[in-house]
Amino acid sequence: MALLEIKGLEAKVGERQILNGIDLTVNAGEVHAIMGPNGSGKSTLAQVLAGRELYQVTGGQVLYDGKDLLAMPPEDRAREGIFLAFQYPVEIPGVSNMYFLKAALNTVRKHRGLPELDAMDFLNLVREKMKLMEMEQTLLNRPVNTGFSGGEKKRNEIFQMAVLEPRLAILDETDSGLDIDALRTVAGGVNALRSPERSMVVVTHYQRLLNYIVPDFVHVLSEGRIVKSGGKELALQLEESGYAGLGIYDEGEAA
Amino acid sequence: MAVAEQTGVWLEYFTRQQPAAPWVQALREAAFQRFSEVGFPTTHDEEWRFTNVSRIAGQASGFAYPASPHSNIPEEAQQYLGNHAAIGRNPFVALNTAFLNEVRFVRVPRGTVREDPIEISWEAEAAGSAPGVFHPRTLIVVGAEAQCTIVETYSGSGAYFTNAVTEVVAGDGAVIDHYKVQRESPEAFHIATMHATLGRSANFSSLSVALGGALARNDANVTLSEGTDATLNGLYIVNGRQHIDNHTEIDHAKPHGTSHELYKGILDGKATAVFNGRIVVRKDAQKTDSKQTNKNLVLSDEAVINTKPELQIFADDVRCTHGATIGQLDAEALFYLQSRGIGKNQARSLLTYAFAQELIDRVKVQSLKDRLEAVLFEKFHDYGG
Repeated sequence: MALLEIKGLEAKVGERQILNGIDLTVNAGEVHAIMGPNGSGKSTLAQVLAGRELYQVTGGQVLYDGKDLLAMPPEDRAREGIFLAFQYPVEIPGVSNMYFLKAALNTVRKHRGLPELDAMDFLNLVREKMKLMEMEQTLLNRPVNTGFSGGEKKRNEIFQMAVLEPRLAILDETDSGLDIDALRTVAGGVNALRSPERSMVVVTHYQRLLNYIVPDFVHVLSEGRIVKSGGKELALQLEESGYAGLGIYDEGEAA
Repeated sequence: MAVAEQTGVWLEYFTRQQPAAPWVQALREAAFQRFSEVGFPTTHDEEWRFTNVSRIAGQASGFAYPASPHSNIPEEAQQYLGNHAAIGRNPFVALNTAFLNEVRFVRVPRGTVREDPIEISWEAEAAGSAPGVFHPRTLIVVGAEAQCTIVETYSGSGAYFTNAVTEVVAGDGAVIDHYKVQRESPEAFHIATMHATLGRSANFSSLSVALGGALARNDANVTLSEGTDATLNGLYIVNGRQHIDNHTEIDHAKPHGTSHELYKGILDGKATAVFNGRIVVRKDAQKTDSKQTNKNLVLSDEAVINTKPELQIFADDVRCTHGATIGQLDAEALFYLQSRGIGKNQARSLLTYAFAQELIDRVKVQSLKDRLEAVLFEKFHDYGG
């Protein structure tokens, strides 16, 4: 059975229709890249899957592990194993990274029928995962994402993913704003989490990230629809010819 | 209600007081005279526009006046008492002074450092069937170059009216860390004025935490001298039908003074709150540096906040900034927390707590910090549920 099945998904924000019937099936262990120009609906798809209320689903269906995903509040989706690495991780002054992550991990563990981790076990776990992401341990004691550099924020996302061990990871433009060294570290962290039980949906504008996180499938999104699907070579083709080569333009540009 | 009607019953209480030393008697009489002339303020008074005290004024005949013990005021308080919190400015200060009786008097001699926090706790006890009335008076005199930490706590149970006045006198170069924790009962009326007169290069930092009371008004006033550094912070958290009014006045009387002010409010239910921050920079007070911020988190549709900065600047070479915000919980932050598995209610209480955290983090007395964290945790846990 597919882990994620998206059928004819439509969504809008305010009065603006953004997704116009997305069909996508992701099986366990697969990595799917979603590419597309600005305004094509990539990030909207990512946010809708994670349950952002800002977007209103106007049609279609999403099954996650056979369950109706769209009926679940965001926290239940997370507990069921969905993780969204944000394009713009949110700064939350006053809440320490450590407290936040411990609360999150223990909620998720409880849901999976695992015992809550005590402070010591938690610390050992996060130390190990921080090493993987080459993160300074002092980041743990700082408020969530507050005053973090762009690179630190993105690392923090993948670090959280490593701690929470999702079944379906959705990476929303995780490469944006990263220099090549940070990109290697972040991609290394993501690759270390690849496993036959874990699926990934990697949303990106540029092919660059896919040199490091090599996808099994590539889908090109335009005007809220998947217009082309293929293997990893499709990303390379896009790199050469650009979206225009497929007859796709940024929203608002003359077609 | 006519002033005479209101004050009549207070006259009865006034005459029932035990006699005190002649100088105390003189203070009481001048103050009662003043109170009899002006009576309780109404919402027509600019200072009281958003705070209606008719519930206090109207209930006068219903208060039980506790039997007053003999006055305990030491002679050496004479040179300070009533010289800082002015009876002419606020009828409640006049009323408190008219009933001068028990004074908590803290003296820190010149050059001494008091390591342990000085705790001043006022607890309103039930005075029988009718609501009691209390006039707590605190006098804190800190000598030049002396240093201390003061924690004032107000609490009680049942219905009562607490009308408190605190005077702080800081010598040159004194360092004072002051906290006021107001945890009155849900039915209580709490009216309080603090006035701090600060010496040259003194450093005064005050945090007011207001949590309780049906109706509460907190006036915090400071007068700065040359090179004085004053911080007035406040945290007010109201729910249900609570009303809290914070009025502050920072008077830069001399040059090179610095003042920082951060008041944060959390409002839920049908609660109402007021923040009025007056900053006066007198003609002499060149090179004043003053910053005022008021931030409000409004968790319900029906809660109301009135916030107003009031800058009176008579010097030309100064820097004064002010800003006020009124907002709700950040939807993006909520979603971020939820997307990690944290339930919506827990996420809400976490973010509410975080809003208050900025001020709690500045509490330097560990035992107080722990106490406040526990209180807030419990409070917001309820909000979340």
